[in-house]
Amino acid sequence: MNNILDLEPTQKLKFYQKGTFTVGNRLVSEEERAVQSSMGRSNSINCGHRGCRGCGEALGARFAVDAAMRACDNNLVVVNATGCLEVFSTPYPESAWQVAWVHSLFGNAAAVATGVAAAYRVKGRKEVRVMAQGGDGGTTDIGLGCLSGMFERNDDVMYICYDNEAYMNTGVQRSSATPPAARTATTDAVGPEPGNVFGTGKSVARIAMAHRIPYVATATVADLHDLERKVIKSMSIHGARYIHINVPCPLGWGAQSHDTIRLARLAVETGIFPVYEGEYGKVTESRKIRDRQPVEAFLKPQRRFAHLFKKPNDPRIAQIQAIADANIAEFDLIAKEDQE
Amino acid sequence: MDHPFAITLDVGSSLNNQTGSWRVSRPVYLDRLPPCNNACPAGENIQEWLFHAESGDYETAWRALTKNNPLPACMGRVCYHPCEDACNRITVDSAVGINSVERFLGDEAIKKGWKFDKPATETGKKVLVIGAGPSGLSAAYHLRRLGHSVTIRDAGPKAGGMMRFGIPSYRLPRDVLDAEIQRIVDMGVEIKLDSHVANVLQAKTEGKFDAVFLAVGAHIGKHTNIPAGAAAKIVDAVSVLRSMEGGEKPLLGRRVVIYGGGNTALDVARTAKRLGATESIIVYRRNREKMPAHDFELEEALEEGVVMKWLSTIKRFDDDGKLTVEKMKLDETGWPQPTGEYETLEADSVVLALGQDVDLSLLDGVPGLVINKGVVEVNKQMMTGAAGIFAGGDMVPSERTVTVGIGHGKKAARNIDAWLKGETYDAAPKHDLAVADNLNTWYYTDAPHTVRPTLDMVRRQSTFEEVVKGLDETNALYEARRCLSCGNCFECDNCYGVCPDNAVIKLGPGKRFKFNYDYCKGCGICASECPCGAIKMVAEDI
Repeated sequence: MNNILDLEPTQKLKFYQKGTFTVGNRLVSEEERAVQSSMGRSNSINCGHRGCRGCGEALGARFAVDAAMRACDNNLVVVNATGCLEVFSTPYPESAWQVAWVHSLFGNAAAVATGVAAAYRVKGRKEVRVMAQGGDGGTTDIGLGCLSGMFERNDDVMYICYDNEAYMNTGVQRSSATPPAARTATTDAVGPEPGNVFGTGKSVARIAMAHRIPYVATATVADLHDLERKVIKSMSIHGARYIHINVPCPLGWGAQSHDTIRLARLAVETGIFPVYEGEYGKVTESRKIRDRQPVEAFLKPQRRFAHLFKKPNDPRIAQIQAIADANIAEFDLIAKEDQE
Repeated sequence: MDHPFAITLDVGSSLNNQTGSWRVSRPVYLDRLPPCNNACPAGENIQEWLFHAESGDYETAWRALTKNNPLPACMGRVCYHPCEDACNRITVDSAVGINSVERFLGDEAIKKGWKFDKPATETGKKVLVIGAGPSGLSAAYHLRRLGHSVTIRDAGPKAGGMMRFGIPSYRLPRDVLDAEIQRIVDMGVEIKLDSHVANVLQAKTEGKFDAVFLAVGAHIGKHTNIPAGAAAKIVDAVSVLRSMEGGEKPLLGRRVVIYGGGNTALDVARTAKRLGATESIIVYRRNREKMPAHDFELEEALEEGVVMKWLSTIKRFDDDGKLTVEKMKLDETGWPQPTGEYETLEADSVVLALGQDVDLSLLDGVPGLVINKGVVEVNKQMMTGAAGIFAGGDMVPSERTVTVGIGHGKKAARNIDAWLKGETYDAAPKHDLAVADNLNTWYYTDAPHTVRPTLDMVRRQSTFEEVVKGLDETNALYEARRCLSCGNCFECDNCYGVCPDNAVIKLGPGKRFKFNYDYCKGCGICASECPCGAIKMVAEDI
């Protein structure tokens, strides 16, 4: 595991062989392969869950929780906010979880996790680690107060938000993580400004950094090695930690089920979703774009943005491009050698 | 009723919920045919031997390679590598240097002294192979592997055929050729040199052979009628290249003109340079686009100072060394037409490189055997019209390269083996081709092609040292690892990792994966994210 930590977060992998970015690779050592390549991975969320075909959140949750399990020798308690992940994984009395798992209310996962961590501390069970997880609704909207409290007290909890950019479980209603112009059940693609408003946006990762907690990171299901490295690094730290994972939702985004990882990849490669990490309030690293794409590449395969392509050159596409460009500049997403 | 307060049901698992019933299409693992394998005239399983080379297991790689081709060190030098033209990696950066890795493996085998296994059992059948060129050697090797007793008879003083008497030593050093031939001899193949076969039926009967494979090649240089003075020196390319192997080197003079546009013309032009010619000029009636010679050979020749005279035909060669050429222009069909414009060149000799004919005299009076346009007709089983007499290489209708010859030898050997058993050989049906669209190239790192170092120019012009040098271990490994493994699972674990339903079962190293259709919802992420296109989605019958 140390070997994963030793890898520079943004190093250009130079194995010069096929499959360098793949989950596993027979030509590299066991330590350099992803946790997900292991036959002994915990499969924290097992087969038979009721997530939709191609669910990005189920995938992101298994990636993150399996890595966390590996990092603490399976001494993990997971607190799960209400939301898609909870509903599709655990319809009473069945559960897909193969990990100690507590269901909280929609908005108080961070507070419940704080309590669980306090209980283990009182009992002297130092080996037990606690994580909380929820969707964007339970994190960026409803749970933000409890989350901010957990940050501010620096409670020993790793909080992971699986961001699929709307309230998918209840029928795709807008959340504060819904991107501009996206059509949802509550932001219909009608009228003079169809889809979601071009607001100021809300970045919980940056809100978390404003609390100067020990560790904050963003990640996507399209870069497993990066995601696992961040979870494992986060598990090596005590105190409040926050990881924000972009998880495409085929149903809510109106995308093909087989495009889940492709869309997560395009969100990164266009600059729409910046992948970075920070410690104590400062950004320390950002993941460089490998093959930069215009935002249309990300928008076009999704029906929630179909109204942008009804007539040519919709000015809102340029607005979205401007947001992506601003991300690229702010987080320094183009590697020096790629800047001509 | 021993449930806790307010609990009425036993603890259940999601495994009760078989989500496989949601599926409308199912993922299926498959092997597709890599384009390199598909393009190889010798039928090599390139992707397979590169797979072993990637892990540094060069001996296993070499053994996998030599299942199809017994001459990798030669082929790694003289093959025109159509595999690389077909390589899907071209869409990422540039083709995998398959040919250079093949050469590395061939050289490694010579260095380490790896040998072919002798056949486990002897069939007691005797096969006569006529011609010790690439096709004959390949057939002998494959027949011997199948347990037959093989005798090769060749009219020349040394084995190798056109590899020795047609390909200059700067492209194929003779010690390499000798080593690979010796390895075939060591399997128990008998080679009789200086053993011209005048009549094939007589040779078959006298030697009590059960079958014959004809591979005599095409060694007679074609001529054209050029009005010339009595003292004007006109020779043919095949004789020039053949005499390079003898004690007396050909005397071509300081100014050599070569007539023709094939690879042989370039070989002679480059040979003339090395023999000391100050001018080595190729006269060709069409232009560069229409030239049959390979581009890289032309490039190397131009680098060495060979001059091309495009769109020209030779009209007359006088005693005083005056060579008259007529300018040509291409008509709409791309055929050269005379223009009536003439010019004069100075030349000490003219070498005709206009193609080769086959010496078919040994086939006189063979009943059933059909000769058409100077070559022997064969059926799908490589058999001539005469039962038990098979033919391949340059003497049958096909492209004339070493690689094609080696492929013919293998194919003929399999068919001869079947024929000797009273059967007919049927090749296994081919898999679907793995095209670039099947791949997800995101998962491969960028790594450009390793270019083999070429001999420094001055040495190249004056010596017959090998022009293209080999790879060393580090860069051969690097090059092998650039293979994308098109259409064939290389166990990258992507499908196992990216399934949101945990419905891919990893079976362990070397055993690949299987789908758990009880839970697979058929999302298709595995197929989309498979780097090499080894999964396809098939619609369910609903």
